[in-house]
Amino acid sequence: MEWMITANEPGKTYLMQGNEAISRGALEAGIRFAAAYPGSPSSEILTMLGHVADEMEIYAEWSTNETCALEACLGASFAGIRSLCVMKQNGLLVVGDALHSASLSGVKGGLVLVVADDPSAHSSTNEFDSRHQSRSAAVPMLEPANMQEAKEMVRWGFELSEQLQQLVMVRTVTRINHGRSSVTLGEIPQHKQVPAVIGEWDRLVAINWFKDAQIAKIEQARTIFEESPFNWYNGPGNPDMMIITCGTGWLYGVEAVKALGVKDSVGILKIGTTWPLPEEFIVKHLVRTKKVLVVEEVDPFLEQNIANIIAYHSELNIELTGRHGQKIIPRNGELTPDVVRNALVNMTGTTFQGPEVTHIPFEEAVPLPPRELTFCAGCPHRASFFLLKQSLRIHEGRGVVMGDIGCYTMGGQRAGHFLFNFLSCMGAGISAAEGLGQLTRFGFDQPVVALAGDSTFFHTCMPALVNAKFHNSNMLFVILDNSATAMTGFQPHPGIGLTAMGKTAEPISIQKVVEAIGCPVTVADPFDIASTTEIVYRLLKQPGLKVLILKQECATLAVRKRKKAKVWVDYDLCRGDECGCGRFCSRVWGCPGNIWDYEAGKAKIDEVVCVGCGVCVSLCPAGAIKIEGGEAGE
Amino acid sequence: MSKKLIKDPLNIIISGVGGQGNILATELLASALVEKGYFATVGETYGASQRGGSVMSHVRISAATEYGVLIPLQQADIIVSFEPTDTLRVARDYANKSTLIITDSRPNYPLGVLIGEAQYPPVEAIEAELKKLSGQVQIIEATNLALKAGNSQATNILLMGALTALPSVPIDIDDYERILEQRFSGQVLEMNRKVLKIGYEQVK
Repeated sequence: MEWMITANEPGKTYLMQGNEAISRGALEAGIRFAAAYPGSPSSEILTMLGHVADEMEIYAEWSTNETCALEACLGASFAGIRSLCVMKQNGLLVVGDALHSASLSGVKGGLVLVVADDPSAHSSTNEFDSRHQSRSAAVPMLEPANMQEAKEMVRWGFELSEQLQQLVMVRTVTRINHGRSSVTLGEIPQHKQVPAVIGEWDRLVAINWFKDAQIAKIEQARTIFEESPFNWYNGPGNPDMMIITCGTGWLYGVEAVKALGVKDSVGILKIGTTWPLPEEFIVKHLVRTKKVLVVEEVDPFLEQNIANIIAYHSELNIELTGRHGQKIIPRNGELTPDVVRNALVNMTGTTFQGPEVTHIPFEEAVPLPPRELTFCAGCPHRASFFLLKQSLRIHEGRGVVMGDIGCYTMGGQRAGHFLFNFLSCMGAGISAAEGLGQLTRFGFDQPVVALAGDSTFFHTCMPALVNAKFHNSNMLFVILDNSATAMTGFQPHPGIGLTAMGKTAEPISIQKVVEAIGCPVTVADPFDIASTTEIVYRLLKQPGLKVLILKQECATLAVRKRKKAKVWVDYDLCRGDECGCGRFCSRVWGCPGNIWDYEAGKAKIDEVVCVGCGVCVSLCPAGAIKIEGGEAGE
Repeated sequence: MSKKLIKDPLNIIISGVGGQGNILATELLASALVEKGYFATVGETYGASQRGGSVMSHVRISAATEYGVLIPLQQADIIVSFEPTDTLRVARDYANKSTLIITDSRPNYPLGVLIGEAQYPPVEAIEAELKKLSGQVQIIEATNLALKAGNSQATNILLMGALTALPSVPIDIDDYERILEQRFSGQVLEMNRKVLKIGYEQVK
């Protein structure tokens, strides 16, 4: 919450979300610039900084993509301004070239890049370990083990960045970003940085001449990390076994040692500076044991870099275990207290006595329907996928649908009638469709449809659209414009006309951008199912590149702005199972607001869930669904 | 009257379906605990976070130290849940013979049930299995009570009222109310206060 991250109450302890702690840490460092692209679990950070920007006299922006964000921060840093950049793990891969180049040029004002990994991919297409990028780009990396440390590391990261003249990365995971714990506040500096003059001979240039300087900086970081208070050992002097851990693994490790009662034989070495590793500090502890279990999120990064250290130190005789080889900790999926405790049981040969549990045989257990993700009640994507399915079905030859990343990714599942044939990273749908659409010359005759949302359009689809237009690929590009980056929590983007700081700005019209590239474009309302289906059908028959914008505001946003219409079923008109529609409204349409009244044998509207969009009113073959009142959308 | 922490750490799971206000209710609960001087940590699992997905919050309370944000399997002391099938799903993974369960009985139908591919089990069958899995089950018609009080969206706070009535939870209804006063005002505050009290009175 905003009041917590700006409160002038040094020493006061609040329950803070990891993302709040990170925002607070940046403000305690006196940042004046922040840029990010939304991505779970990192999105709350820039949202909050945007909200407090005026009060704290900082600038905050939702950049068009992650590369724009990092390079904007680099620009501000060139004038000596402390800058915070935030993204999720997939974004870090988008930003790979910018990161490796920035590391070569170095920085002036402190630049901290917070990257939020999502182990088990709770809200991502894939899990990925950002630490490889820190090693590859020779950028120092800090990894907090709790919310307090997240705040301290971000704050100190700016000092380190200025000391080294290098950017610094802070890697968090979902359990830190979206976890909450007690955080004690520090001071927010009263002094506000002013931009330095960039002189005629000042340079920030990325070229291989600076490779030696880059190497010297990472070695200097290693020396600093040897004494870092973020690294510590807790346990017996000569433990039978040592857990070496970083991030969330620390508290899980502490709990496992306690649960198994092995604190007299197992020590814990907690590392907060995961790249470059403080080699002397680690060796100093390794000489005191023979057996090591490495506990970390996603890849065996710490483990294999410790293996490297062991390889260079012949005095060490260590049995090293962790995620490598999947022997003790699974290679895939996030850490849990159970995973860590089971690993320790395995390593120490102890047993765990848990609470008494009733085991219910499978045959006696109540069968539970799975709770699949679905589009919200009233979501325009439901209408878009329904009408695309209809038009592709009536079209001769099966259409190929290339998906993309956003709420509409669920269109690849039941919610969207399993419509996707292809799904990769952001912007991949239209690019791959371009290639497929070129195969017409070799006899490929299936209609090709690429889908992308409005935020994704700005993020990575624009160069792909230029490519598709210039090479006149045979394809239909459908932009699902719901006026929101809905998936990550409704952050504004350039098409909306609102900045992260809540200021109005001239919106950039997607339609005009598409037209300027020279593409014919049609704009239609997905809620007008009959005529929009007709439009899609007609467009699919035309050769060359076609663009269709399906425009209808995100239901969750719309419901906040307008008075809700009342939707109900007229039981005299609903013919129930006699109708022949096969319970169309609940079974086919699949909106959570359309349920079935089993007692009456009729359709029903769940008044708690329904948002009053009224699309089902137009779809009911018996005209039994009625709508009354409410306000129309823009 | 001030209640003490009788088990350390005390593990509470609050579960439901996206859009039911689970995250907010949990955050307010943990804030009230921190104000009382306890170590409280919260882990939120909400995946892609769209409405319709399951949402689960873990709260760990200790007088002595900070715990990791996730509760180990079968180690929930209390489960408060907004939706019966989700209650059972969570109980199978996290309940033990002394777990206390409070659940709403109002179904929120998943997609598979809506389209007729899956059946929603009878709530009585769910209750019977919950009783086998745990130490105590209490059903509260939370959504219906909140609807009757004027707003189904206040179901989350109503269930928090029930939680504060439990002797094992080391805060009182007044402590939760103080946090509500910090965060809300006007009609929203009045509605939340009203349902908090209704929830509190449901616990026998």
